[in-house]
Amino acid sequence: MLLSIARSALPIVIGGIEKRFGSVSVLHDLGLDVAAGEFLTLLGPSGSGKTTLLMILAGFVRANAGSIKVGGEEIIAMPPHRRNIGMVFQNYALFPHMNVFHNIAFPLKQRRVSAAETAERVGRALDLVQLKGLGERRVDQLSGGQRQRVALARAVVFEPRIVLMDEPLSALDKSLREHMQIELRNLHRRLGMTTVYVTHDQREAITMSDRIAVMNAGRIEQIDRPEVLYASPKTRFVAGFIGDSSFIPVECRDGSVWYQDRKIRMTAAAPSSGSHLMVARPEKLHLVSDGETAGKANVIPATVGDVIYQGDSFTCYAILRDGRQVALRDYCRSDALAKLPRPGEPVNLGIDADDVVLVAAD
Amino acid sequence: MSMRSASLQDDVGATLNADALRADARRESFGLLALLSPGLVLVLAVIIVPIGWLFWLSLFDEAGQMSAANYARFFEQASYIKTFVTTFKVAFTVTGACVVLGYPLAYMLSQLPRRAASICLIFVILPFWTSVLVRTYAWLVILQRKGLVNTWLMDLGVISQPLPLANNFAGVVIGMTHIMLPFLVLPLYASMKSIDTDCLRAGMNLGASPAATFRQIFLPLSLPGLASGVVIVFVLCLGFFVTPALMGGGKVIMWAMRMEQTTSLYSNWGAGAALGVVLLGVTLALLGLFQWLLGARATGVWSQR
Repeated sequence: MLLSIARSALPIVIGGIEKRFGSVSVLHDLGLDVAAGEFLTLLGPSGSGKTTLLMILAGFVRANAGSIKVGGEEIIAMPPHRRNIGMVFQNYALFPHMNVFHNIAFPLKQRRVSAAETAERVGRALDLVQLKGLGERRVDQLSGGQRQRVALARAVVFEPRIVLMDEPLSALDKSLREHMQIELRNLHRRLGMTTVYVTHDQREAITMSDRIAVMNAGRIEQIDRPEVLYASPKTRFVAGFIGDSSFIPVECRDGSVWYQDRKIRMTAAAPSSGSHLMVARPEKLHLVSDGETAGKANVIPATVGDVIYQGDSFTCYAILRDGRQVALRDYCRSDALAKLPRPGEPVNLGIDADDVVLVAAD
Repeated sequence: MSMRSASLQDDVGATLNADALRADARRESFGLLALLSPGLVLVLAVIIVPIGWLFWLSLFDEAGQMSAANYARFFEQASYIKTFVTTFKVAFTVTGACVVLGYPLAYMLSQLPRRAASICLIFVILPFWTSVLVRTYAWLVILQRKGLVNTWLMDLGVISQPLPLANNFAGVVIGMTHIMLPFLVLPLYASMKSIDTDCLRAGMNLGASPAATFRQIFLPLSLPGLASGVVIVFVLCLGFFVTPALMGGGKVIMWAMRMEQTTSLYSNWGAGAALGVVLLGVTLALLGLFQWLLGARATGVWSQR
């Protein structure tokens, strides 16, 4: 039964993975736990090792060392066809010489499922991805989105314990991609299979994941729920990769934080000493007019550089006294047009003490 | 401005500049035809005219009278039928040998890293750079009664009598297979190279063992390349002359050799032309058959199995 996957979803415990291509180390002592039924995303720029890790999970690339346990069973030395892991490939990898039905029936055929049951399960899988009645279509008669769905149906029809997805939406156009993100998310909720998803698109990762592992240069920089990653990044890389950020250098002395000669108030505990960077998200900064009292906000003086009007919002690039540029974004309310900052105008940028996040300077 | 253009449309309806646009389309087709004309003239001069002439010649007997005697001969004389059967036997055997040797070779080439593959490909193409005649004589030297193979085998004590490898059917097949092999390997290699590695990975991921993945995915996807290689080799075999003439020792008479005999030995151009027309007809029929089979694949009939 397709809907029984949730009950058999298994956790993955990955530890000590080492992978070198020649003398180049791609993954270094990598460890990762995925809970049963969790949707975990490996997010990182190209070359961060996320695809290599996925290939090691699927068994197409052999690691130099390490352990992968699925529900307690060690699979690192198991050949790919015995792993019982479903995978959705970036370019779909549908079999061009088979029609949709035979593509989806392929894993069942390998498992010697009877013809009647195969027909029933393929029918249900087609239903699940909303392709009912397209079983006889040739692969080259399908649109990109339909191919994506066939690939998805093929990867879940044999009820794998784990599903891997390698940037499955990157070949689709923007609106279809956003639609498929929601659909994939709902499908995961219905089937509940443990899913490892690879993408370099942070917005996609935030939309879909239970947890995100941000990868950089063969290591996991930070792994947490999307809202935690966004609100409290631990490193400059994570702050820069998830969401837009400007960085403002600050100095920590005697338990307080200083930007030039201004003391920065922050709710979170301040580091005791050293140079740090304050993460300034465009939507966390706001303009403070002269008469207004700053209240809880920290105020940083700047000059307006460039203002870009975007209909629902505007983005203002402000230049700090040290020449550094930071971005500020705000929604356009009814009175906003008259109050749009003008280039060259001096402004005060406010950031609430609650929103101040510091990361170590490189 | 917008009102004026709207009224303009109402006045002239669908005929606005229609004549000028038609004339432009006509000019463009004439221009393209003019660019194509050298090629068309060449095709006419070197293909259409000689074949038409051949066909015309085949309709006259030795006395210069128009008759169907040249075609009737095929059914009257047993030697023609024997030649026809021999030709197809050689073509089938050589094509079969090429598939058996060429498929694993092309597979190996397609799996090698790019650099190693291009070096190995040079060795596949290398024989093209020497003449067929030279290669055939080389095979004679290797295969004859006191040739390299027989001498070695006898020196090693494997055989006591020399094997009959040259001047017979076996010699023709060995020599022709060597010459035809690249014509099969190259299209096959190209088609294997275009098979998406991810498709094979998907096969294994979905539970097919490496052998099952090869049988169910790689093999069917390489079939179009194999089919085009087979067609090329088979058609070339049907009209092959040099190797069977030298390696057959006069015992293996193929269609092209019969043609040569008829025209240069007996100077019977009508009969020779008829042989040519029949070979052309059979070849075209075979190509049609292959086309039909390949077409069936493209429409998904094969995937129903």
